[in-house]
Amino acid sequence: MPEPTSSNAPASTSTPMSAEGLVGSEPQAPLATEAPTPVGRTKKSAYPIEHFVADPDETPVRATDSAVSDAAPRSLWGEAWRSLRRQPLFIISAVLILAVIFVALFPGLFTSEPPNENCLLENSDGGPAPGHPLGFTVQGCDILSRVVHGTQSSLTVGLFATIGVVLIGGLIGALAGFFGGWIDAVLARIGDIFFALPLILGAIVVVQLPVFQQNRNVWTLVVILVAFGWPQIARITRAAVIEVRNADFVTAARSLGVSPLGALVKHVIPNALAPVIVIATISLGTFIVAESTLSFLGIGLPPDVMSWGNDIFSAKPSLRSNPMAIFWPGLALSITVLSFIMLGDALRDALDPKARKR
Amino acid sequence: MAWYIVRRFLQLIPVFLGATLLVYFLVFSLPGDATAAICGERGCTPAVVAGLREQYNLDQPFWIQYLLYLKGVLTFDLGTNFSGRPIATIIAEVFPTTAKLAVMALVIEAVFGIVFGLVAGLRKGKIFDSSVLVLSLIVIAVPIFVLGFLMQFLIGVKLQWTNPTVSGDATFAELLLPAVVLGLVSFAYVLRLTRTSIIENVNADYVRTATAKGLSRRRVVVVHVLRNSLIPVVTFLGADLGALMGGAIVTEGIFNVNGVGNTLYRAVLNGDGPMVVSIVTFLILIFCLANLLVDLLYAWLDPRIRYA
Repeated sequence: MPEPTSSNAPASTSTPMSAEGLVGSEPQAPLATEAPTPVGRTKKSAYPIEHFVADPDETPVRATDSAVSDAAPRSLWGEAWRSLRRQPLFIISAVLILAVIFVALFPGLFTSEPPNENCLLENSDGGPAPGHPLGFTVQGCDILSRVVHGTQSSLTVGLFATIGVVLIGGLIGALAGFFGGWIDAVLARIGDIFFALPLILGAIVVVQLPVFQQNRNVWTLVVILVAFGWPQIARITRAAVIEVRNADFVTAARSLGVSPLGALVKHVIPNALAPVIVIATISLGTFIVAESTLSFLGIGLPPDVMSWGNDIFSAKPSLRSNPMAIFWPGLALSITVLSFIMLGDALRDALDPKARKR
Repeated sequence: MAWYIVRRFLQLIPVFLGATLLVYFLVFSLPGDATAAICGERGCTPAVVAGLREQYNLDQPFWIQYLLYLKGVLTFDLGTNFSGRPIATIIAEVFPTTAKLAVMALVIEAVFGIVFGLVAGLRKGKIFDSSVLVLSLIVIAVPIFVLGFLMQFLIGVKLQWTNPTVSGDATFAELLLPAVVLGLVSFAYVLRLTRTSIIENVNADYVRTATAKGLSRRRVVVVHVLRNSLIPVVTFLGADLGALMGGAIVTEGIFNVNGVGNTLYRAVLNGDGPMVVSIVTFLILIFCLANLLVDLLYAWLDPRIRYA
């Protein structure tokens, strides 16, 4: 078969280029006017003219294209931390979250006014006064103090609901993704059923049942939010686990005699954690919103628990005369949620290799 | 295609049954007397309680109760609520308002979200893009009831451009503000989703081909980039239609709209079990159908997807 061999292939590719070069630089008139075809196609020219063919460019490959690095490869987390440190979104949200946590832990440092004990009805819906920079609620309580002291319950609900959702949803998703087959089918169908019932809708239905009405507190609310919030994390975990499940290192571990469960716990889950952490961070904000939405509807936390949602609920009737009583707890709520969502965004950029490429 | 529709429809049935079973179980089988709400603080005599339990099938074993309820749903006979009104009539009365509200919100979030997302995606990294991104983050973070009160106070009370609350007629103009509030959060999600999708697709091979064969920029963007970028957006919008119906609880509460959400909220507060279960069933049904619709839209949007 007269196929072009490997020896003449570079010649044929380089010739058009060199022919052009000849036209431009050297006064080789006959060649320039002759079509370039004979030069490229035949090895032996029909014309007895000397040919000047430039040497093929030797491109040194190694020097430019090889990525030589003596440093030890960084882990996903090390890489993520390096890119996070330089991201303004991460720095802002991390500072905000630390501040919110600090306020929740030590509310006394930010206001000397007691939130409940010093409420005078003569101050009802009053504007800012010396010592009370944000004014008063309808009960005559100091708004600043109530906002500061309300941080704790909102954060507690959000944090523990997220932990619960990650544990339950993560476990279910990991089992479904890793074992596949009928386990996956059953768990996926159960997830679909819960998915058809939006978080707030399900929570509203359940929260008003007698069994929950009789023990309304932070923990029952956490249970309800977890019960309706887990499918999302389960889906994410399942997808991530399926991606990792067939990786070479898992096969290697299995062939070395690691049990399926051991492989799942020691090798698959740590490597499937990144997207779960991102979604968990964002859902922390979602759960804080859910808590305050339920409290705002008057069916979340009991009225004696201080929370932003409850304060907005009790400020509702006096919206027209004292909108600031809604505005301040709403602002605190929004900033907290915003910082968690921003953190999730920053983490996604750092942890998701697909997003990083862009 | 017809076979695909049938199959997808059949797949909906277990989800629907499971979800209604879950709600029915939660409302009627958790500890606590489901009829307590009718009798109030003083309680009814045992004879009355027994009569009520019989009327609402609560004296039957749980499975029989549920099957009787399903039979009611399938024959459009939802029974009466605790105040004795037929539930089907109440839903028929309030549903049009909520449907109007939800569709208006959906249109608002889809149109503005896609347009803003398209522009932001095409100008990735420019000022418009970054400012729209920051703005969308803020919109996502502010809870809907804070947003609702803020807009009600500013637009309804201070500026008086529209009524702060909605009358019984629920006219188009009155529903505009609640619809904007309802759609605003999802608007931010639609925007971000469209933007990401556009950025992914704008460098695709078929876009280069379209440009290379001499199509105008407008045609390339609208027909090739946008259409192919809309798939994740449509998924979101479909799932969101169900969420809007549920999310309407808060919005309808703020703006005093007499819709499904408000009715559900009142039923929940009154402990009206049959009413709650029926409305939630209805919402689940809408949610499932919306998702089915989305699946069918895929085929139309993406020529690569063909259902055998």
